[in-house]
Amino acid sequence: MRIWSLVIALGVALAALHAPTPARADIVVNVDQGATQPLPIAIPAFAGAPVGERIASVIRANLERSGLFRPLDATRVSGAASDLNLQPDFDRWKAIAAQALLTGQVEAASDGRIKVDFRLWDVYAGDQLLGLTFTSTPENWRRVAHKISDAVYEKLTGTPGYFDTRVVFVAESGSRAAPVRRLGIMDQDGANPSYLTDGEFLAFTPRFSANSQEITYMALRPTGSTIYLLNIQTGRQEALGHFPGMVFAPRFSPDGGRVAFSVEQAGNTDIFLMDLGSHATRRLTAEPSIDTSPSFSPDGTQLAFNSDRGGTPQLYVMNASGSGAHRISFGAGRYTTPVWSPDGKLIAFTKQDGGAFHIGVMKPDGSGERLLTTSYLDEGPTWAPNSRLILFSRQIAGAGAHLWMVDISGRPAMPAPYPLAASDPAWSALLP
Amino acid sequence: MTPSHRRAARLALVALAAASIAACASRPKPMGPAATESTPPPPAPPSPPRAAYPPPGAVSQSPASDLAPPGSMRDFVINAGDRVYFDFDSYTPREDAKPILDAQAAWLARWPAVRVRIEGNCDELGTRDYNFALGARRASSVRDYLVAHGVATGRIETVSFGKEHPIDTAGGEAADAKNRNAHTAITEGAR
Repeated sequence: MRIWSLVIALGVALAALHAPTPARADIVVNVDQGATQPLPIAIPAFAGAPVGERIASVIRANLERSGLFRPLDATRVSGAASDLNLQPDFDRWKAIAAQALLTGQVEAASDGRIKVDFRLWDVYAGDQLLGLTFTSTPENWRRVAHKISDAVYEKLTGTPGYFDTRVVFVAESGSRAAPVRRLGIMDQDGANPSYLTDGEFLAFTPRFSANSQEITYMALRPTGSTIYLLNIQTGRQEALGHFPGMVFAPRFSPDGGRVAFSVEQAGNTDIFLMDLGSHATRRLTAEPSIDTSPSFSPDGTQLAFNSDRGGTPQLYVMNASGSGAHRISFGAGRYTTPVWSPDGKLIAFTKQDGGAFHIGVMKPDGSGERLLTTSYLDEGPTWAPNSRLILFSRQIAGAGAHLWMVDISGRPAMPAPYPLAASDPAWSALLP
Repeated sequence: MTPSHRRAARLALVALAAASIAACASRPKPMGPAATESTPPPPAPPSPPRAAYPPPGAVSQSPASDLAPPGSMRDFVINAGDRVYFDFDSYTPREDAKPILDAQAAWLARWPAVRVRIEGNCDELGTRDYNFALGARRASSVRDYLVAHGVATGRIETVSFGKEHPIDTAGGEAADAKNRNAHTAITEGAR
């Protein structure tokens, strides 16, 4: 039963993350990357060429990128692709030190769709851990691969996966003096990239609604800004309203029925909340300070935001009614862009301190601050739906930004699977 | 080539050119085969001597065009100044900005049909949302200064470009200092 070592190690790491008010140094030691060795897993090509190997390849890449799995070279095991319904010859897989084995096959159904079966095996115990069938159209094979990845990830880690998701972002092109900023959207693994806006204006800070079919974002033109709601399925777009000053930093409430955003009037920026059904708008902050970057708690009752009412930009939490605002960040430096994790346990943020920028996390009460990254300019974290990974944008001095990702367990950040210049990522929920 | 060779070559070219001109001129004329056989073509006329130093070409003269006529955008940029700079995370005009803003106010008083848009800008050392707010503060503080110095509020609009329109894209401290600015753009009424 050695396969459970990963689950146990993960459990320890997560427990350490959520232990009450630990000292920072203790957390760094406890969630060090050495605490979880990637699990060796063999994923031979699924039967049914050529899509069988394509599906296996997408699953391998997903699991490897998570940092929790180490896909082995399954081609070293000869005669592996036998009948899916027969028990594998586990000794062959032990010979390459695989602890888990994923086998599968693709068959054409009579209605033209494909039927993909898979089995997940514990090599040392000789047990089947999971067996499922997905049926879809042949063009949808990547999504089938992501759903299998999610099923395997959840079975082996005890945490829901995040592979059947999309990322919306700002695709950066043009020169820095004449920038072009278009909304882009892609699968979380960088596949199927597409543009949602044409570059007629600069687009920033796209955010998904809970059903991942609507996006709210900010458009900047020489004359001012507009917040739009865009349905990515129908292409229908509407402005959130007309305001005398700048509007920016929009974000949906968890139920998708409201949008919190910033409105600037005569130089003063406050947070407003609009009900999308009635368009009734209420003001949540009234300080003569910058109040921006609102982000709802997943239960919709509270908002984290950024304010410089205390002199420098810091993180605050208030009730969704606007009452009870209190500061939660007290470390050295400047804190901005708070983003509540989907499980409600952490708030990710951008911190500027000592000539560098960091992505970090803290609990909603401000305790347990941990910095996950350091660079010239890191900003704009967004959570994977399982609250374990964070996407953000990283910029090098005098150059464009790129998307990066980091695991909250403390493993080093790595480039996200999108090679072009991009910023302001927003991760969708698991697709419906 | 020696000078004499060059001269010989040039003469050969001139002779060739003259011959081809003659050939062209004669081509349209229909001529019977007998005539061409018995009559040699007339000798090419000698080419006219070329002057070594041709007379100077004519250059006309008129009053200089005014690159910055009074009341124009260039006049505003050159003689008032269209941009003031800020310290890090600050939005109050620095001492060195005040003479420029005073000149902007005086210029706008002289040209009452002109309307302007104050564009607040930030360096890249801040997050997107915060910099939109900071740029708006900078634009607003310049607007307030101009209004306090007699410019009607209705002639001024403001916008924040956050960190999205840097004027110096090199990165580093010198670039950051330039990118922390408020730009006064004339939107209408300039001459």
